[in-house]
Amino acid sequence: MFRLEARTSTPAWFNLALPLIAIAATLILCSGLIAIAGAGVIEAYGVMLSASLGDSYAITETLVRAAPMIFTGLAVAIAFRAKFWNIGAEGQLLAGAVASCFVGAIPMPGTLAMLLMALAGATAGALVALVPATLRVKFKVDDVVSSLLLNSVIYYALMALIEGPWKDTFSGYPISPPIEDSANFPVLIEGTRLHLGVIVALIAAPLCWFLIARTTLGFRIRVTGENPEAARYGGINVQRVLLSTALLSGALAGLAGVGEVGGVHFQVMSDISPGYGYSGIVVAMLARLNPLGVVPAAIFLAAVMTGAEAMSRATGVPAFLSDVIQGTALLAMLVALLFTAYRIRRVGAQT
Amino acid sequence: MSAVFEQIFQVGFLAAIVRIATPLAFATLGEMFSERAGVLNLGIEGIMLLSAMAGFTAASLSGSLWLGVLVAVLVGALMGALHALFTVALGLSQHVCGIGVTLFSSGLAYFLYRLIFGQQSVPPSIDGFKPVPIPLLSDIPILGPAVFNQFTLVYMAIIAVPLAAFVLYRTPWGLSVRMVGENPRAADSAGVSVMATRFQAVILGGALMGLAGAFLTMAQFNAFTFGVVSGRGWVAIALVVFGRWDPWRSAGAALLFAFVDALQLRMQASGLGHIPYEAFLMLPFIFTIVAMAFMSRNAVAPSALLKPFRREER
Repeated sequence: MFRLEARTSTPAWFNLALPLIAIAATLILCSGLIAIAGAGVIEAYGVMLSASLGDSYAITETLVRAAPMIFTGLAVAIAFRAKFWNIGAEGQLLAGAVASCFVGAIPMPGTLAMLLMALAGATAGALVALVPATLRVKFKVDDVVSSLLLNSVIYYALMALIEGPWKDTFSGYPISPPIEDSANFPVLIEGTRLHLGVIVALIAAPLCWFLIARTTLGFRIRVTGENPEAARYGGINVQRVLLSTALLSGALAGLAGVGEVGGVHFQVMSDISPGYGYSGIVVAMLARLNPLGVVPAAIFLAAVMTGAEAMSRATGVPAFLSDVIQGTALLAMLVALLFTAYRIRRVGAQT
Repeated sequence: MSAVFEQIFQVGFLAAIVRIATPLAFATLGEMFSERAGVLNLGIEGIMLLSAMAGFTAASLSGSLWLGVLVAVLVGALMGALHALFTVALGLSQHVCGIGVTLFSSGLAYFLYRLIFGQQSVPPSIDGFKPVPIPLLSDIPILGPAVFNQFTLVYMAIIAVPLAAFVLYRTPWGLSVRMVGENPRAADSAGVSVMATRFQAVILGGALMGLAGAFLTMAQFNAFTFGVVSGRGWVAIALVVFGRWDPWRSAGAALLFAFVDALQLRMQASGLGHIPYEAFLMLPFIFTIVAMAFMSRNAVAPSALLKPFRREER
C-alpha cells in the first residue's frame, strides 16, 4: 500500500525539478499522438527543437512569441501569489491592445507614442483587472468566475470596434487602422522581428521578482496569499493589497497586448491573441509562481508553438500538437505540485 | 413597434430560440450538477469542443448519428472523470485544472480533427438530424411548429430540465449531491461518500456537456469547425450563476439568452443593425457579473464550491 503523507518542507531542488519532470512527462505522453499521426517521435521533436531554438533567427522568433506570454505569465504569477484568482489575463491583454492601438494611431514623435501606448495599455489592463478585484473586496463575488466572464465582454467589445468604427472601409476586413509608422517598436536585430517590447518583457521579469521578493508590497502580497488572517492580524490591509495586486497584474497583462500591437501586428484584429492570456496560467504554474521562472517557462511554450509549425510541415503531424502539449503540461505540473505538499510513503499492508 | 412585434411572434423566430437554447440547456445543467456537488468545471468549453468533434467524427465514419451522440456523451463523461480525478481525488485547485482540461481537450479536438479529416477548403459535413414532428402537439398554432417540430435532441433537453430538478431535489442521490456541495464534512459523517458522489456528479455533468457538443455538430451546424463552440461553455458558466444553481432557473436563463441571441441574429439579418450585435452577445456576461454582486449577500452558491475535501483533515 502507498499513501500520501503531508510534507512540512520541500527541498530547494524541487523548484527546478518539478517543472522539468512535468515537461518530460508531457513530451512522453504527447509522443503517443505523434506516433498515431504516423511520424517518428524523435524526428518530430527534433524538428521542433531545431526550428525553435536551432539557429539565431529561430531563437528571435521564439523570443518574439514568448514576450506576450512572459507578460501574461507574470500577471498570473503575481495575482496567484496573493490568491487573487485572475483568469482574466486574456481580456486584460485585449484591452491593452485596443488602448495602445488607439494611442498609436495618433501622430506624435515615436518615443512619446511608444511610452503613451505602454501607459494606455497598462492602464486599460489594470482597470479591467480591477473589476473582479473590487467585486471580491466589496461584494465577496468569486473572482474566478467574474474575471473569466470579463474575457468574453472585452472580446465582444473588441469585435464591436473592429466590425464597427474601426472597420477597414476600403477592404471591408474587420481590422483596425494601423498605428503610425513612427509608433512601431524598433527592431533590434536587422532582418528579424525581435522588437523593443521583447527586451522590456525580459527586463520586467527580474523587476517583478524584486518587487515580490524584496519590497514591502511584495511581502504584503505574499502574506495575503499565504495567510490572510495573519496578514490582517499583522496590520496589513488585505483588501487594499488585493486591489493593488489586481492593478499590477492587469497592467502586466495589458502590456502583453501593447507588445503585440506595437511590435508584431501594428494593428488590432480578432485573433491578435491565440489565447496568450490562458497560456499565461500555464506559464505561471510551470514557473511555480516565481517571476524569474516565468521567462524559461514562456520560452518553452513559445518554442513549442514556433517549432510545431515547422514540425507540421516536415512530418505532417498537425501543428495543433502544441495546443495539446500546453494543456498537458499544465495538468502534469499540477500533479507534480502534489509532491510539494505530500510525499508518497510505502506503508505495510494492514491485517 | 408593431414591426418588431411581428418579428418576435414569427414561428421561425420561436423555433430559433428553442434551437439556440438546447445546447446551452444541456451544458448549463451539466455545469450545475458539477457545481452543486462543489466542483467548478471550467473544462466545459474544451469538453464541449472535444465531444462535438468526437461525435461528428463517429457519425461521419459510421453513418449513424445516434452512435455519434453516444460517443460524444461518453467522451464528455470521460473528460468529466479526468477533471474529477484531478480536483476530487487529488484535490487540486479546480479553476486551474479546469483551464487545463479546456486547453487539453480543445488542443486534442483540433489535433485529431486535422489528423482524421486533413486540411480541406470546404469542411466536411454530415446529413444531420431532421426535425421530428410530434403528432397533435405540432398542430397547435405558433407554439406547435416552433416547439413540437424539432430535433429529438431538443425534446430530450425539454425533458432533461424537469428530470434534473427531480433528480436533484427528490432522489437520495440528489440529496447527497447537495450535501457534498454544501457541507461535505456533515455528508461524510452521515455516511455519504463525498468522493464517490462528487465523481458521479462531475461525470454526469461531463456527459451532459457532451450532449451539448453533439447537438452543435449533428443538429445545428452538421459540421465541425474550430469555432463551433465559440464561448458557449463560458456562457453556460454564466447561466448557472444567473440561474442560481437551480435547474428551472438555469433553463430559464438559457431561454432568455437564446431569445437575446435570436433577436440579435434577426436584427443583423434585417439590416436594423444600429446597435452592434456584439452588444447583445456581451449582455449575459455583464448581467451575470452584476447579478453576482447582488446575489452575494444571499449566499446562494454551494458553500463548498472550489473547496477540495480530504477526509484526514478533521
